Amino acid sequence: MYDLQYSKPSSVNDAVAEIKKSSDAKFLAGGMTMIPTLKARLSSADMLVDLKGSNLSYISVSSSEISIGSMTRHCDVASSSDIKGSLPALAKLAGGIGDHMVRSCGTIGGSLANNDPAACYPSAVLALGATVVTNERSLKADDFFEGMFETALNEDEVITEVKFSIPEKATYIKFPNPASRYAMVGVFMVKKSDGISVAVTGAGENGVFRCEEIENVLNLNLALDALNNIQISHDDLTSDMHASAAYRANLIREMAKQGLKDLI
Amino acid sequence: MEISVKINGKDIKADIKPNTLLSTFIREHLNLTGTHIGCDTSQCGACAIHLNGDAVKSCAILAAQADGSEITTIEGIASGDKLHPMQQAFHENHGLQCGYCTPGMVMSSIKLVENNPNISEDEIRKGLEGNICRCTGYHNIVKSIKQAASVMGG
Repeated sequence: MYDLQYSKPSSVNDAVAEIKKSSDAKFLAGGMTMIPTLKARLSSADMLVDLKGSNLSYISVSSSEISIGSMTRHCDVASSSDIKGSLPALAKLAGGIGDHMVRSCGTIGGSLANNDPAACYPSAVLALGATVVTNERSLKADDFFEGMFETALNEDEVITEVKFSIPEKATYIKFPNPASRYAMVGVFMVKKSDGISVAVTGAGENGVFRCEEIENVLNLNLALDALNNIQISHDDLTSDMHASAAYRANLIREMAKQGLKDLI
Repeated sequence: MEISVKINGKDIKADIKPNTLLSTFIREHLNLTGTHIGCDTSQCGACAIHLNGDAVKSCAILAAQADGSEITTIEGIASGDKLHPMQQAFHENHGLQCGYCTPGMVMSSIKLVENNPNISEDEIRKGLEGNICRCTGYHNIVKSIKQAASVMGG
């Protein structure tokens, strides 16, 4: 790892002030991707601004909405009885990220800001139409993700909270890469009063995406066999050493078929 | 920069470079070499320790992040000559071959059991996702953890 400075401010405002002092500073939000990539010199920073001291770790649940502070760890979301009660798919998703030691450090805000194309959380945020709140503004999920490892966040902008509306039903089905536990394909499916939404992670060349092919079918016919004969286009899907685009397209359909049982 | 930690019950102050990994700090500054480094990618889990009560991978955390924390390493879990039930169970069930991954296995599985005292074999196998062993095929490790769980729970 290259030389760097470290600071842990005690508020969001101080963290933003701190990061503005340097042109190559980065926020540290758990570090489960950041530290290994710095270690491998895949990335560099002259300053890490740790958000751990900024009071951003909390979960609050009302009858219609869940608000999660951006520094809330995966293990805290996975074990929250409030989230298990009102949006169990989200608790299940968080409990399946990495391994239990990664879940003790990694955070929802860190995952979203990184927008890894195989990360789990982006699929929940997109399918549930969540709101990503920052120190500057509120961003709709549709406007937040801008492609592989890209988001709408400005350089010095910090995610502070993520707000999820509680749907009628939701489910997350993941086919994990057996080595990394990242999603080879993860499908987050939501049933709301205005219809079905389905977001796919792990498969898109431009990161997480809404799968309209599945949504259109299910909005017309929400039945267990509705997806049996559909073909998912693999034009914009990833091919790599783990799986071809065609294989991923097939996995999307198979994961969605499994998830369908939870929506009906 | 200066950090203060409590490690295996002992208060320590140290002057470190901010880019020092916690695993490096533990092994090279404190000479607690029971915490192992098995990979460069934070996937193997040999460096598992307890940080403020959670099992974490010390190679994926900066020592600076641990300032003010309480840390337990593999050297800190026995009571004098009496092994921790997890260590004892690994010993009795031959839950290792070369032993390189063992400190991480023990530290990780102590928390798996503490957080789930009636842990099933399936949950143990899933729980060990973050700890890689290249020798044993895991069977005796799982057996060890199952035995330790019955001792720790009861």
